[in-house]
Amino acid sequence: MSDELIQRVLKVIATSKRIPLQTVTIESDFQQLGIDSMDAVEILFALENEFDISIPDDEVRGVRNVRQMCEGVEKLVAAKADGVKAGQ
Amino acid sequence: MRRVAITGMGAICALGRNTAEFAEALREGRSGIAPIESADRSQLRFQNGAEVRGYSHQPYFDDRRADFMDRFAQFAVIAAREAVADAGVSWTPELRETAAIITGSCVGGQSTEDIGFRELYKLGHSRVHPLTIPKTMANAGASHISMEFGITGPSFTISTACSSSGHAIGQAFWMVRAGSTDLAIAGGSEATFSLGILKAWEAMRVVSPETCRPFSKDRRGMILGEGGAMLVLEPLEIARARGARIHAEIVGFGMSSDACHITQPSAEGAARAMRAALRDAGLAPEQIGYINAHGTATLANDPTEVAAIRSVFGPHAERLAISSTKSMHGHTLGAAAALECLAAALALRDGVLPPTANFTEPDPQCDLDVIPNHARRAQVEYALSNSFAFGGLNAVLALRKG
Repeated sequence: MSDELIQRVLKVIATSKRIPLQTVTIESDFQQLGIDSMDAVEILFALENEFDISIPDDEVRGVRNVRQMCEGVEKLVAAKADGVKAGQ
Repeated sequence: MRRVAITGMGAICALGRNTAEFAEALREGRSGIAPIESADRSQLRFQNGAEVRGYSHQPYFDDRRADFMDRFAQFAVIAAREAVADAGVSWTPELRETAAIITGSCVGGQSTEDIGFRELYKLGHSRVHPLTIPKTMANAGASHISMEFGITGPSFTISTACSSSGHAIGQAFWMVRAGSTDLAIAGGSEATFSLGILKAWEAMRVVSPETCRPFSKDRRGMILGEGGAMLVLEPLEIARARGARIHAEIVGFGMSSDACHITQPSAEGAARAMRAALRDAGLAPEQIGYINAHGTATLANDPTEVAAIRSVFGPHAERLAISSTKSMHGHTLGAAAALECLAAALALRDGVLPPTANFTEPDPQCDLDVIPNHARRAQVEYALSNSFAFGGLNAVLALRKG
């Protein structure tokens, strides 16, 4: 996972949840950050905007921490890049 | 205090255009969930809904009258017409002056607004249709019912999301019980199948990509529905004296607020509403035989509701039959509590408990008798109808066999 991607995800989480960026790390879990289901839905919405991706509901199930969220975003960003290449 | 009878019933939803069709579908465990036809599915992550398929205003309203009515208000009047005809109400000037109308709606005519604002934002027009406001207002259902029957008594609308029509029926029940009116038309209606509203639901990630499977381990969320249901409530003695058919009685109403989260359900809040309804009815938990559950089939609602039922009913929870008819008519939001109260009343009247359709696999977190897939013959004396809204505003109605 690139540092840049992780930093962007952390920033999205901090901005959506309105918490200081330094409180969010790749090791944080949602419970610890006080992220409930509605917060999570908002963060997903913001991530879709940030990375210009569409995050299916099925990808979200079982995601409980920041690392899993970054991995999920990375996968979707890669799939999008492949899609673009395939289309060229 | 007076006893309160349901003397009239009306319904329109995915399961049918009247109460008889609604009852038949419930008995058969037939789901009205199908691919959405009144919005562009290609723009949606979910594909299915419980619509009134093939609906047109034409058998119900002339074109000019329909111009003034959003689909949700049409459903309100269609259901009210059936309920009033079913009750065999003989209108007198006095009754018209004192009868009450209380409707519930979550978003009113928001579909009209959605389409109207498209003109402005997308098509770049500078004007919005002049009927946008009167079609959108959530009280339009109550207003059109009042005009339909010339009722000049107290009429109003309650908007508490998915509990709206539960609060409406409960309030009407209290008014009739207390003697402030001798007849109330109460219920709710909703029509949410426009793209903007569907996209807003999609963003919440609570809508199932397939069907609605309440209490089933593989449930994946709710399915949106539309429709309307209205009841005519009268004092039992007056109804009996005029020889009206008593479908069922409403005997209790309980409300509570979770006061904890704007969307997450609370077992404690739900339990307090059920206890309040039992207290209002003067019933012991052991007297209840059936609960028409809120049962949305979201991951969060169903185990929370089961936990709440267990906390209220204790060991009696094992002997209770519960089901979610949302598995068949979908989640009709502001109409939900009215359709479900109607389903509970029909269950008591006909001795047939409606099933939870689309059930495939028991969930240890929802381990109650949920009447999977097949209706059940059972004579039940008392039932509850549960409604737990977003915003944590809960409404529970208690019913008695008529």
